[in-house]
Amino acid sequence: MSTAAPIIKVDAISKSFGAFKVLDGLSMQVMPREKLALIGPSGSGKTTILRILMTLERIDGGHIQIEGEHLYHMERNGQLLPADERHLARMRQKIGMVFQLFNLFPHKSVIDNVTLAPMLTKGVARAAAEKRAMELLDMVGMADKAKAMPAQLSGGQKQRVAIARALALQPKIMLFDEVTSALDPELVEEVLNVLWRLCAETDMTMLLVTHEMGFAHDFADRVLFFDRGRIVEEGKPDEIFRHPKQERTQAFLKKIIAAGHRV
Amino acid sequence: MDWDWDFVRQIMPTLVQGVKITILATLLGSVLAAVVGLGIALARRSPNKALSRTVGWAAEFIRGTPLLVQLYFIFYVLPDIGILLPPLVAGVIGLGLHYGTYTAEVYRAGIDNVPRGQWEAAKACNLNARQTWSHIIIPQAIPPMIPALANYFIAMFKETPLLSAITVLELMNQAKSVANTYYRYLEPITLVGAFFLVISLCSVVLLRWLERRYGKIER
Repeated sequence: MSTAAPIIKVDAISKSFGAFKVLDGLSMQVMPREKLALIGPSGSGKTTILRILMTLERIDGGHIQIEGEHLYHMERNGQLLPADERHLARMRQKIGMVFQLFNLFPHKSVIDNVTLAPMLTKGVARAAAEKRAMELLDMVGMADKAKAMPAQLSGGQKQRVAIARALALQPKIMLFDEVTSALDPELVEEVLNVLWRLCAETDMTMLLVTHEMGFAHDFADRVLFFDRGRIVEEGKPDEIFRHPKQERTQAFLKKIIAAGHRV
Repeated sequence: MDWDWDFVRQIMPTLVQGVKITILATLLGSVLAAVVGLGIALARRSPNKALSRTVGWAAEFIRGTPLLVQLYFIFYVLPDIGILLPPLVAGVIGLGLHYGTYTAEVYRAGIDNVPRGQWEAAKACNLNARQTWSHIIIPQAIPPMIPALANYFIAMFKETPLLSAITVLELMNQAKSVANTYYRYLEPITLVGAFFLVISLCSVVLLRWLERRYGKIER
């Protein structure tokens, strides 16, 4: 893995919301196919970095490269210029995102949620888009609800449809932003099972922001612990969860365990 | 003051002609107001500051001046610069522009009510701005605002007698002309009120149905 080029290269990015510095010179690299868990207290910047990678927030400074290409900059005559919408749209094709609150399109049926983007952005014909959508819905165990409306589904079912919707665009990188945090406890597992399946059946690079420490431990190749806009500690799940070196990591994990989470 | 049924029968065909024009003006005015309102609401959200400010001021100006004055302007002043409009066309434009500035506020509220997550999901799906508006935002914004829009259309309907000032032969104008011909005001003006009342009441029933049907969107 050391010889391959990173698929994501984040270099010294900063981001503030008003006076609050949410990311403070953050740098990180992600290798192709790597499964990364981003953990840390709320406000530590872990969700913000996902939102920045999806271009939902702009950066104040620094550089991001996806597959060696700048995300927020374009190279013109040897100069780096701010990216225009066209460049961003092209870069976005590489990235998909699943949200904490699902964000399904409530006025569209399950299958239309999945077919909409491929038909609009890639010009896929309806028949082909629906065939592909049914395969994806089958993969997430939602094929029998293809005609249902989102309001008729449970939270876990909505999230599985949202995953199928993101997969339909065949991204190389998938961002999962606390995808089980809004679910009733008994519905968490069905979503995590889908993630396991993605891991086994695709070669996507996956970044997860999660509070499911047990899942992060089992699933991730590498765990990044965020605090105050920086990565304080990173390593193999066993190193981070069993033998955290940094005081802040230890304090965070202690608090999480006290709150009843399994590690 | 005696109510004369024979006179009522005699003037009824003329008044019914007027009712037809009143309803026609309301329907066309509503369509125009719906389109103009959407245009204003979208323009005011434009990242182009010059456009959003100009449209904002124009809407504020139209809302702040009386419809009657605008109707006079469109019908009697525009010909001075070579724009000569038939009365009904001038009336529909006046109604549509004036009420468009009100429906724009309804659209604005409807658009603001679409959760931020919908915009973000659209972006994550890589939809462009036009696709996001037409496939995601507008279809969700409009159903909850149909009752509010319909309210404005009913209000517009009750303002159509103003069109008589620019010679549109709508209900009020027809009633005035028969009244002036026969020197009897009781029956024509009472009937005008009755027509408006009946149509308004029917519209309110329709409005209640629209509220039940579209008032909320299931998430």
